[in-house]
Amino acid sequence: MSVETRTEPSATAARPADLIRLEQVTKRFGANTVLDHLDFAVRPGRHVTLIGPSGSGKTTILRLLMTLTKPDEGTITVDGEPLFPAPEKQVREVRKKIGMVFQHFNLFPNMSVLRNLTEAPVQVLGLSKDEAEERARELLELVGLADKCGARPAQLSGGQQQRVAIARALAMRPRVLLLDEVTSALDPELVAGVLDLLRDIARSTDITMLCVTHEMGFARDISDQVLMFDGGRVIESGSPEKIFSDPEQDRTREFLGAVL
Amino acid sequence: MTWDWHAVSDFMPHFWDGLLVSLQALALGSLLSFTLGLVWTLLMRAPTRWVRWPVGVVTEFVRNTPLLVQLFFLFYVLPEWGLTFSALATGVFAIGLHYSTYTMQVYRAGIEAVPVGQWEAATALNLPRRRTWTAVILPQAIRRVIPALGNYVISMLKDTPMLMVITVLEMLGQARLFSQQRFQFTEPLTVIGVAFVLISYLASLLLRALERRLVR
Repeated sequence: MSVETRTEPSATAARPADLIRLEQVTKRFGANTVLDHLDFAVRPGRHVTLIGPSGSGKTTILRLLMTLTKPDEGTITVDGEPLFPAPEKQVREVRKKIGMVFQHFNLFPNMSVLRNLTEAPVQVLGLSKDEAEERARELLELVGLADKCGARPAQLSGGQQQRVAIARALAMRPRVLLLDEVTSALDPELVAGVLDLLRDIARSTDITMLCVTHEMGFARDISDQVLMFDGGRVIESGSPEKIFSDPEQDRTREFLGAVL
Repeated sequence: MTWDWHAVSDFMPHFWDGLLVSLQALALGSLLSFTLGLVWTLLMRAPTRWVRWPVGVVTEFVRNTPLLVQLFFLFYVLPEWGLTFSALATGVFAIGLHYSTYTMQVYRAGIEAVPVGQWEAATALNLPRRRTWTAVILPQAIRRVIPALGNYVISMLKDTPMLMVITVLEMLGQARLFSQQRFQFTEPLTVIGVAFVLISYLASLLLRALERRLVR
């Protein structure tokens, strides 16, 4: 993949337009309101971590952005283009800018590792088989699994599967990478490898990351911004230093006390 | 009652003819039921109930009426409407149609057993709907249901003698013809009985081997 260096906007430069914007988004599951008139924006290239107790709506935000679920109210735009409400054709276009890595990897078990990475670039982006395979091999190199091209997902460890899943998402060259508790299903000794890889990607690319995690050390490392969720609202946001060392809200302090 | 080996050897040429027809009906009937069943399953997932409803009613009707009645209907009523097929073709169609209403339920279960994460990954990669079905969902679903489909093949094998009633000379038809000419019932009926056991047994061995390979 092409590795561009991330350019930090200087303080005086005009604020770049938001890459992701949720306005007044409400999502209910039955009587349960998971997101309550949420406003939320992410500028390009930022690495944002969402923390908070389970059921606080963090994962729902990622799922809304990936169009795996629809909001009940509100609007979502990505790169200035509407993702919701929007016609299906438009959604397909906007969705190309977003990639997602799941808690349970969700690799296609009926395909080889290589084909997991080439399927969508060929089918969606119209790459030739050779181009897609070249890109896939580079990415497998990046995630340290160049020798696993021909393997089936079931033959890999959880950590390896998750690294393949990261490579698969990157093969679509998304502008935004959504990471949904990507280490929660891994054996403890496999977590570090996956987190190191993500740190690497965060450092060496200009990809925007939205990350739901319970790995607070990792959140502190890679984030520019941490958002604390509770009851479907952002109750506190700030730099990782601020949130982890000196949170303003009692609720945040309480939560961090419980997970750290 | 005496056992006459001459009757057996006299029957054998007829037996082979009958076996060929039985296996033909089984193979074609199976293929038809696998294909039609998949079509029904996919139609039952259509977004509009103007598709789901008629398909549901027709398949429910076919599943809940006896195959024997369907055979008679197709063989004697269709020609009145100007549709004439050979007895074997009618039989294959009846068996295939009848069993497709069972295989559709097998496919449905197989499709529902594919984890929702697979659909989500396909959406996240922006795969077109059709491609999601053909490259991701169906390969996984069909792999899961092959053992269940195999059981229906064995079931179909045991229903092929019904084709006798519409004049198809499969194994039972040959045995009956032979018996009526020679007044020897034991030998031909025993021969085809053994044949059914052997074919079922071989098929189940094959199926188990296939299952082991798929579960691997």
